[in-house]
This record gives sequence, C-alpha cells and structure tokens, in this order.
Amino acid sequence: MTAAATVPGAGRPQRFGKTLPSGLWALLLLAPAFVSLASVSFYPILNGLYLSLTNTSLITQDQDFTGFANYTQLWGDAQFWNAWWHTMWFTFASTTLETVIGLGMALILFEAFKGRGLVRAAMLVPWAMPTVVTSKMFGWLFDGQNGIINYMLLHLGLIDQNINWYGSTSTAMTTIIIADVWKTTPFMALLLLTGLQTIPNSLIEAARMDGAKGWITFWYIRLPLLMPTLLIAGLFRALDAFRVFDLVYVLTGGGPADSTETLSTLSYKVLFSTLQFGYGSAVSTAMFITEGLIALVFVALLIRQIRRAQ
Amino acid sequence: MNDTRSPLQSFLIYLGAFLILVWSGGPFIWQFSTSFQLDKALTSGAPSLIPHPFTLEHYYNAFVEKELHRYVWNSLVVALATTLLCLIVGSLAAFALSRLNVKGRFGILVVILSVSMFPQIALVGPLYLLATNLGLLDTYTALIITYLALGLPLVTWVLFGYFETLPREIDEAARMDGVSIPGLLWHIILPMSLPSLVTTGLLAFISAWNEFLFALAFTSNIDRQTIPVGIANFTNLYYVPWGDIAAASAVVTVPLIVLVLFFQRHIIEGLTQGGVKE
Repeated sequence: MTAAATVPGAGRPQRFGKTLPSGLWALLLLAPAFVSLASVSFYPILNGLYLSLTNTSLITQDQDFTGFANYTQLWGDAQFWNAWWHTMWFTFASTTLETVIGLGMALILFEAFKGRGLVRAAMLVPWAMPTVVTSKMFGWLFDGQNGIINYMLLHLGLIDQNINWYGSTSTAMTTIIIADVWKTTPFMALLLLTGLQTIPNSLIEAARMDGAKGWITFWYIRLPLLMPTLLIAGLFRALDAFRVFDLVYVLTGGGPADSTETLSTLSYKVLFSTLQFGYGSAVSTAMFITEGLIALVFVALLIRQIRRAQ
Repeated sequence: MNDTRSPLQSFLIYLGAFLILVWSGGPFIWQFSTSFQLDKALTSGAPSLIPHPFTLEHYYNAFVEKELHRYVWNSLVVALATTLLCLIVGSLAAFALSRLNVKGRFGILVVILSVSMFPQIALVGPLYLLATNLGLLDTYTALIITYLALGLPLVTWVLFGYFETLPREIDEAARMDGVSIPGLLWHIILPMSLPSLVTTGLLAFISAWNEFLFALAFTSNIDRQTIPVGIANFTNLYYVPWGDIAAASAVVTVPLIVLVLFFQRHIIEGLTQGGVKE
C-alpha cells in the first residue's frame, strides 16, 4: 500500500507549481488571509449580532433568544444616549480640528525651508507613541495640581486658579479632545501633504502669472483639488475617532459623573463589568450601525465632489 | 519659489515650523525630563525642564517594584510573532491580488480595508467568549491571532501597492525561464520588495506593541499582560506615581521613536500610498 502510494507522488513536488493553474494558486495564497479575517472579524460581527438578540449573561448563565428586547431597552436607556452624544461630539470636534490644523501644518511643510526633514520626522513621534502612554502623559501635563499646563497658563495670566482639567465634568471631554488632536493631527498633516504634492505645480504657476495672490490660488485651486484627499483622510479619521477607547478608559474611565463616557467604554463596561454579553452586544451593534452611517455621509460627499469635478 | 518670498512670509514659515516641532516633541520631552526628577521636585510648584537633582529612582521603581521587564517581554513575544505572521500571510495575499489575475481584486481589497474600520469593541465580546471556550484566555496565542487579523488589512494594502509598482516584464521573463508561481514570489518579488517589507513589518509591530483593548480583555495577570495594560495599571494606593509612569513611558516609547525616525521616509511613503491613493 505505502509503496504504491509513494511511487506516483515521488516526482510531484517539483512539478506541483507548474501544473497547478494560477486560479488555484490564487485561492491557495489568499486562503490564510481569508481564514484570519473571517474568524477574527466577520465571525465576531455576526456572532455579536446574534448575541444582541439574546439575554446572554455570564452571571445568570442565561442564553435565551429574546428578539429585539435589548434594542427596545437600548432605545430608552439614558446612559446609552449620553454615551452616543459624547461619541458624536468627540468625533465631530476632533476630526474637524485635526483636519483644519493638519491642513495648516501641511501648507507649512509644503514650503521649502531649512530643517524640513527634521520637522517631518518629529511629526511621527505622537503617531508612534502608544495611546496608553499618550493618555498617561496628558494626565500628567493636565494634572489639576502640579500639571505644567496649569503652571504655564497661570504664569501667563490666562487663568487665575488651577483648572481641574479632566477631574471636572465641564472640562474633561475637552481635555480628551485636546489629547486626541495632539496625537493625530501631525499624521493627518503628512497625509494632506502628499495630497498637496500631487497637485501639478503648473496650475499654481499659471494662476500666479495671471496675478493671483497667494490666498486666491489656495482658495480656488489648491483647496478644491485637495478636496478628495481631505474627504478620504477625514473619513478614516472620523471612523477611527468614533471608536475611541484607550484615551478615555485610561485618562478618565468615562468619568467624572459619566461626562466622558463614550460608546466603546460603555460597551466595555457592560460586557466586562456587568457581564451582560447580550445587552453589551446590542450597544456595540448600535455603534456599528452609527459608524456605517458616518461612512455613508462621507461617501455621499465624496461622490458629489467627484461629480462636480467632472 | 524661494526668491518671491517676503521677509514676513519667511518669518511666518519658520515660526510655523517651530510651532510644529514644539507640538510634536514638546510633551514627550517634558515626560522624559519628568522621569529623571524626584517627586519632591515635581510637586514643588516650580517645574524645571532640567532635572535637578537628577535621579534614576523612577526607573528603579518601574523595573524592581512594578516588574516592567516582564510586560516588555510579553509585548516583544506578541509583537514579533504578529509581525512575522502578518508579513507571511499579507505578502501571500498581496502577491495573489497583484500578480495572479484574481477576478474582482479591487472589490476584495476594499473589503479587506473596510474590515480595518470595524469598531473593535464589537469584536471583543464574541472573541472573548470564543477564547474562553477554546481555553485561550491568558495566552500569547489569543493575542497573536487577534493582532494578525487587525494588522493584516494595512499590511496587505501597502504590500499590494508596492508590488503593483514592480514592472510586469519581470514576471513574464521569469515565466519564460520556467520559474513557478511560488518561485516568482520567493526568488524575485520578495527580494525586490525588502524596503516595503521592512516598513510594513514596522507598522505591524507598532500596532501590536501599542494595542490595548484586546490585551485588557484577554489577559488578567502579569505572565501574559502586555505593556499598555501594565502602564494603564500603574497606580499606587494613595497618589498617582507620575515619575514612575514617566519612566515606564520613556522605556517603551524611546525604542519606537528611534525605529520610526530611522525609517521615517519609508513609513510616510508606505502609509500615504496605502491611505490616500487616487
């Protein structure tokens, strides 16, 4: 048996590659990536969808199908809507600031000046730093008692007493937005810079010949041509901001008094503190749906932009 | 362009450049300086950028009391394994999509990229249950499998972009010489793609090194916890040990910064080509 089986197979290994059609090779080479993404991304999404229709809880050990009960509860859950609004505000504020400031930085970097390489390299520092470290670092910078930010503002005469930045309900969300803007703006600027560099220089030269001032060429030539890049970069940034977890969880844990609770931190608490996997999955599914809607808005803007260009 | 600039314009550009430099480097420089200052100096009400007196006390606390090196080891194991797997699986997929006439390959690429936009909090619950059932909680395996899938979209996308820039005549010449499909990838495409492999590997490494949510959910003790979880838990009973935290931050961030500065040109090229094309 064994002898018979090995003989026809003996010459095969070398010929294997040559005889297998390229279609089969493609499948074979794509398979590991598909298995990985299917099991770690698609399966959990579908499973989460199913869990959100059950009352699964690791405490009571329940696992019964309850239809849309979780979603009905969610609709009337003030904590959920509180987190929903915070997340939307955070996404809107940080994406807008990052795009505007990032564009300003990109325009500066677009000019030739001494030390440009150094500045560009330094801009990768906030991006490379672990978010948890950023969070702790801002905890220290914005510390209510000994933080350097309070110290500087006091000595510049901008405030007359220390601000309890992330310890008070009125300023905590702002502090988190500042931390996020710090971390992601430089990277945004680098993305926009590549967009700027693809705009043909001849267009700007021609406008200049016609006597157009700097800001006119910016407003009528560079900005419209940069629009698609701005929208795509904004889309990715918004989707990423919407998922914010590390910054909030480490800096404030959603507090004080839920004033910085976002959808990710709320889901995490429902899942891992109360162990209600059914209800927690409903929260994260609602989040998934909201994120899809945000993406749709951007795609619609992008399509309109492309149509207008034609 | 340079000669048309007025002195005011030049001044504004240099001022802007200086502000960007302060923005990017300032906070970390302060954090770095903090790590060498005594608690007494940090709370004195008169902060100074130059540590005076200079102390290594916080580094001692971070390594001896909080056993930072154990988190570093866990992070190294997880991030290196993730990087290796990402490069293998990602380059196979990118090669197939770039070179093998796969039908609907742009559709596939878009699906792969959109996966990376899924809210991770929606994945963590079901994956936690799965890991529990498979007995994978508190293992490197659970983290590596998860990080592979999280890193794969970007790695595949960037490598695909790079493979597309390699001329197709090479393929044809190789096929004429009787090189098989795996031979084409292994002997020709990969050796030509070393710069891109280094960049994508670095990106995969950084994302695994920095990941927090899944590490927090899947691990519960120092035997398997990674650095972000360790630093997040860096608290003392009665006060926040800012100096110790700063020391730990420096230890885990400085190597990253050195790597990133060393490869900065490649990183910017790789990422922007993946992020904003067309």
